Amino acid sequence: MLEIFRTIFGLPPGASSFADGVDLLHLFVITITLLGVFVITLFTLVFVIRFRKRPEDDSTPRVRANGKREALMTFGTLALFLLWWVLGYRQFLVMRRRSEPADTVYVTAKQWMWKFSHSQGQIENDVLTLPVNRPVELIMISRDVIHSLYVPAMRVKQDVLPGRYVTFWFKPVRTGKYPIYCAEYCGIEHSNMIGQVRVLTDEEYRNWLNDAARARPLASVGREAAVKHACLSCHTVDGQKHLGPTWSGLYGSDVTLANGDHVLANAAYLTESMMDPASRIVAGYSPIMPTYLGSLDPAETAAIVEYIRSLQDAPLHPTVPLPEPQALPVANSPARSDMDVRP
Amino acid sequence: MTTVAQSPAASASGSYVTSQKTIRSWLLATDHKRIGVMYFVATSLALALGGLFALLLRIEHLTPGPTIVTALTYNRLFTLHGVTMVWLFMIPSIPAAFGNFLLPIQIGANEVAFPRLNLLSFWIYVVGAAVVLGAMWLGALDTGWTFYAPYSAQSPSAVVPTLIGIFIVGWSTILTGINFIVTTHTMRARGVDWMRLPLFTWALYGTSIIQVLATPVLGLSLLVVMCDHAFSWGLFDPTRGGDPVLYQHLFWFYSHPAVYIMILPAMGVVSEIVSTFAHKNPFSYEAIVYSTLGIAFVGFLTWGHHMFVAGMSSFDAGAFGVLSMLVAIFSAIKVYSWVATLFRGSIVMATPLLYVFGFLLLFMFGGMTGVAVATMSLDVHWHDTYFVVAHFHFVMVGGTLTAWLAALHYWFPKVTGKMYSERLGTLGFALVFGGFFATFVPQFLLGNGGMPRRYYNYPARFQTLHVASTLGSWVLAAGMLLTLGYLSLALVRGRGAGGNPWNSRCFEWRTQSPPSEKNFDGEPQLSLGAYDYTTPWRTVQRTQ
Repeated sequence: MLEIFRTIFGLPPGASSFADGVDLLHLFVITITLLGVFVITLFTLVFVIRFRKRPEDDSTPRVRANGKREALMTFGTLALFLLWWVLGYRQFLVMRRRSEPADTVYVTAKQWMWKFSHSQGQIENDVLTLPVNRPVELIMISRDVIHSLYVPAMRVKQDVLPGRYVTFWFKPVRTGKYPIYCAEYCGIEHSNMIGQVRVLTDEEYRNWLNDAARARPLASVGREAAVKHACLSCHTVDGQKHLGPTWSGLYGSDVTLANGDHVLANAAYLTESMMDPASRIVAGYSPIMPTYLGSLDPAETAAIVEYIRSLQDAPLHPTVPLPEPQALPVANSPARSDMDVRP
Repeated sequence: MTTVAQSPAASASGSYVTSQKTIRSWLLATDHKRIGVMYFVATSLALALGGLFALLLRIEHLTPGPTIVTALTYNRLFTLHGVTMVWLFMIPSIPAAFGNFLLPIQIGANEVAFPRLNLLSFWIYVVGAAVVLGAMWLGALDTGWTFYAPYSAQSPSAVVPTLIGIFIVGWSTILTGINFIVTTHTMRARGVDWMRLPLFTWALYGTSIIQVLATPVLGLSLLVVMCDHAFSWGLFDPTRGGDPVLYQHLFWFYSHPAVYIMILPAMGVVSEIVSTFAHKNPFSYEAIVYSTLGIAFVGFLTWGHHMFVAGMSSFDAGAFGVLSMLVAIFSAIKVYSWVATLFRGSIVMATPLLYVFGFLLLFMFGGMTGVAVATMSLDVHWHDTYFVVAHFHFVMVGGTLTAWLAALHYWFPKVTGKMYSERLGTLGFALVFGGFFATFVPQFLLGNGGMPRRYYNYPARFQTLHVASTLGSWVLAAGMLLTLGYLSLALVRGRGAGGNPWNSRCFEWRTQSPPSEKNFDGEPQLSLGAYDYTTPWRTVQRTQ
């Protein structure tokens, strides 16, 4: 039935895990809309015919609104609208909050092209190659004005802002080629800022990766970039605490922030920490890191994140052990263990 | 007493039209009726111009690639279409033209509170419009009517002159708003207390509040964009530490309420016409008044629904989503009330009522698809596509323009004292309504298919729907031209309309048509309510 609806209403094929849910809600909303308009038009027609002017009419009775009925109509309609909102907001949150682990692709938009940098090191222009049935997270920034990455078949769209990384995710569930449009007006060639999502089967995707594997492993590019930008002056890669948190085992870990919140150290958070370090400081560290917005280009950013990811399974303990502090005589041990309990 | 009973045609004392005949007496008139008429002429010219831009845009879309203009010209055209239609036509069309003419008469006053300010407001509008259109010769601008930063700060086109023009027009809006608010508060005739005000006056009052509160925010935001463009202030430019999303918040803080500036007066027109032609009191006067005020208030809290995919937090987005649902309910209340007004009425079909039925149908589609785009997961797909274009054209054209045509046909005899051909009126309505449907229904389907707005080139598979839309726009244009033709003809040689051709009881029909310079001869007799149709007219006359 969904396919018939898509054909009648001109919807593109549903190629992401969001599409069916969104289209079902669309069907529901549009059916109610048509039905509502039909019923009200019917009432209007009936009234116009039934109560047309007759020659003897010169006055009409004063009809007073029935308060109870008015309230029923009002709150009934409001309840319907709120139901749409609840359904729509739930789907919206699913789109906004990635629930599964995902591959990362860095997107740079500029007048008038899209650049996609994969974490395996491949770089594509205007074509985004993805494997089917694997969630992907896009971390996007614009180099000039606001653009908007729109893939109708995936039912996703997200504005791409200059000076700020924004992320979104989706999971392609059908192989094929699907158009990408820029949806935010961005200048004279706006309508030519188009591209394509290419969804491949697992095997095709592996072949593509191998074909494209001329690129060096991204993690080693990332290590070079980290050295070049002196990241390693403050961050260690062996678990040692320094001016900044160690990168060892950082990726994918749960980080406690200075304000008590927790955040998952994923690509989005790490990117934000490079570009806007002061926004979410890790507990126990001072906000001394400068911003790297503008000095790290997106490819380097992707590479550094990939480097940090490669350290995910690095030893958590320093390779050069520091001297063990002498155990102090413990005066009040039960109280101490209370303090260790996390709130 | 005679004023109530007879609603005489133009009496020997003359009308506001015949009192003075020089051109100067029009251009420097402080009479609210003359200012209303001048506003009508000026805004109609803006409509014609905006319509011309729209036709060119539609012709360009006959083929996927270049058709008649270049990409740069296309981008300038859709910007000019938006700017002209929004600021030079929609916002002043009903309030400043019909409102100026009718508001004082509807409250039994002989003037607005500040007649000279009223004239100033008109000339500020003219100057502002001249600057906006004059900027076309400097190359106009290509940012879209939303002027999103940072593109608007970098665009190589004439951003600053155009924005100065809109800034100037904003002053005219504010002055008219203040004038209407003060007039409604202080100039009501004896016996016209708040809950006896005609509903069109209520609608103008709600509109004026929005105009006065929201327009300054637009003015300031545009000023900053100008400074960003001219002096590289960088307040919205991230490379200088600015925030482009802040601009969107400021812009929509004005521009969402501005949607209600455009639709509230239209709703007021519909309330009047339904009651007059059903010859019955509105089903619920209170519900219409309170929903008007509700829209004016809640309308200020929904701007974020233009920004669901702009990089807002999920929480903010959710809050704006639910507030948008609340504002929709007030419109639903009005629709129910209008339809219920017909119940047990004595309905006479005439051109104004036809337009009102057109309004109802189109506005319901426009409103419900508005609720649909506020349903957040759906908006992700529809945002910035032709679906949204179709949605707001259903509200702005299907709603406001249709109501404007209804108002024009309804008050034409009031303003001119002449009557037009009912047959041509019906034909005109059929063309406008059919043409509108043919133009914008395909655009809903285009949006579903993922066709983004503001696209000069488009994928070839969208061509059929684009061609359908373009053909529809020609029918719509034919309807508008026909209307212009027969109304001009009626103006020159139409038959006399009589004082109250629609047999309405609303206050503006209790004086002669066209009204005299002072609106009423002597003190207006408004003891019989504006929507009191329970007493037969002859009985009213006898008892008076």
